[in-house]
Amino acid sequence: MPFKTQPRKTFSLNAIPLSAMIGLAGIAIALICALFAPWLAPHGETEVVGPIWLPMSSEYLLGTDNLGRDLLSRLIFGARTTIFVALAATVISFSLGMLLSFTAAVTGGFVDQGLSRLNDLMMAIPTLIFALVVLAVLPQNIWILIIVMAILDSTRVFRIGRAVALDVAVMEFVEAARLRGEGSVWIIFREILPNTLSPLLAEFGLRFAFSILFLSTLSFLGLGIQPPAADWGGMVKDNKDGIIFGISAALIPGTAIATLAICVNLVVDWLMKRTSSLKGGRGDV
Amino acid sequence: MAAPGSASGPGQANDTGAGGPHPRDRSVSGNASASHPTAAPAAGLVSPGPWRRFARRQPLAALILKRLGLSVGLLFAVSLMIFGGVEALPGDFATTYLGQSATPQAVENIRKDLGLDRPVTERYLSWLGGALTGDFGTSWASRNSVSEQIGKRLGNSLFLAAFAAAISVPLAIALGMIAVQFRNRLPDRIINVVSLAAISLPEFFVGYLLILFFGVKFGIATFPATVYDGMSFSDRVSAIALPTATLVLVVLAHMMRMTRAAILNVMSSPYVETAELKGLGAFRIIARHAAPNAVAPVVNVVALNLAYLVVGVVVVEVVFVYPGMGQYMVDAVTVRDMPVVQACGLIFAAFYIFLNMAADIIAILANPRLRHPR
Repeated sequence: MPFKTQPRKTFSLNAIPLSAMIGLAGIAIALICALFAPWLAPHGETEVVGPIWLPMSSEYLLGTDNLGRDLLSRLIFGARTTIFVALAATVISFSLGMLLSFTAAVTGGFVDQGLSRLNDLMMAIPTLIFALVVLAVLPQNIWILIIVMAILDSTRVFRIGRAVALDVAVMEFVEAARLRGEGSVWIIFREILPNTLSPLLAEFGLRFAFSILFLSTLSFLGLGIQPPAADWGGMVKDNKDGIIFGISAALIPGTAIATLAICVNLVVDWLMKRTSSLKGGRGDV
Repeated sequence: MAAPGSASGPGQANDTGAGGPHPRDRSVSGNASASHPTAAPAAGLVSPGPWRRFARRQPLAALILKRLGLSVGLLFAVSLMIFGGVEALPGDFATTYLGQSATPQAVENIRKDLGLDRPVTERYLSWLGGALTGDFGTSWASRNSVSEQIGKRLGNSLFLAAFAAAISVPLAIALGMIAVQFRNRLPDRIINVVSLAAISLPEFFVGYLLILFFGVKFGIATFPATVYDGMSFSDRVSAIALPTATLVLVVLAHMMRMTRAAILNVMSSPYVETAELKGLGAFRIIARHAAPNAVAPVVNVVALNLAYLVVGVVVVEVVFVYPGMGQYMVDAVTVRDMPVVQACGLIFAAFYIFLNMAADIIAILANPRLRHPR
């Protein structure tokens, strides 16, 4: 079967496919909820408004939870916590991973070897298991959680960042910059970074989606964000006992997690396709 | 990317004459692996040591032994990290164990009781020695033997993971092939969108969804998934039906997408295009040109996902209240029961490292090009 290369796409609103549009819209809604939570939520974050596990009604649009708190309000406040922690972890892991990987790629030699072997070692332990071991020791605190998530995630960023940077680092313009006598910092920020931006942007989205799921899993296991603060994974944990009585309150925050992750993935998918077609690739791998 | 096909095949690395095997070496070892010349560096000037000689005669065995050694070293480093990390991080167990109101005397007593007053190296060595002989000490919380608990639970976890693997692996490969066959047409698009959605679903969400529908609404599956000794095999299987389904759904999408990408990668390489242009039939192209090169990536995908399965078990066990390793570890983490956490962490890491090693070794066996690392 013939493999055609896709035509080069230009950036305009019309070029965004429907799936990516849906993804962007979903992310926008979640962000609005997160930013304006106190004004959007009908009730307070920890305010008990009625009996437990009320079904959906006109007063409580999504019903109430295991302590009689309004589920919709907690969902909106939960968006704030979940997105903030996941985003903070992703940003830190990205900065850390990119900085180290680019340093490794540009410096080479001993630094590269040391960092790469350390990274291999960290990746030899499954992320969740590593997090469980570390969180068993550390005190429970939102910033510690963010840092642990960021460091564990940065191993993945390091790997891809190093691969991408090595690809670019051997190109003529980098060689030219080196011969001009530019320093490593200039080479990293002015020569390599702009040329690796689009694959790394897709990677950022992927890591963000992963962070949301990872945070939710940790919270679900009771090791993430601590009550009474609302966060989506923790809300599933709070309401899970209702499931055996046929009460679906636990599935509502679960749906929110899944929807946000799907939206991010849809956008990433589009970004990746776009990157591969820009690079003149076959656009389907 | 290297030139595809046989261009980087056997012999090329040695054409420069630097480190080619001597003819007598080739005649000494008559087995199949020796037909691939070794890529070992030239040892012409120095007299070769026993390892060099072995590597030259049995390049494949040497490569596999090297990979095995690497895994053992990695496991050792991981044990050091799990133990040392726990030591180096702040937080005093005795204080946590007794609560905020602990008197200094009580803290001192409990530290002595748990053996925390001994030096770190001594404790590490005795822990490692115990771990190697299958003794992980006693739990701080329940004072039971950790190994005894793990012995019971490890079997349960492996049973669940193996069952999920037996269903998901063939299914994923078949779906991946269908997606490649119909690529960019309707079946592929449907599989693509559904699998994209599936990889975005957290395990616990899938689990509770299945419980709500199959366990509660229709009442055709059991929840919680309790298993006990002396349970008949069919009862056991019906008890783990829902956890297995959850694991399959979660891992299937990953594996299928990776299989699709791996096969597509092979199918879009120039030698397959050449075969097409030569006018070969589709079946012959797949059987003779694509399949041998696709085995390694697909096996790699399977092994990676099996490794993922071992970890995915943790959340699924908590959801279904299944008495396995994952639940044991999570419970221990909440009460900071370090001997249990360390033991479980080490065992999970060992499985993960072992499966990754298996993936590498199978890839080396399937693809001669990997025997000549550049």
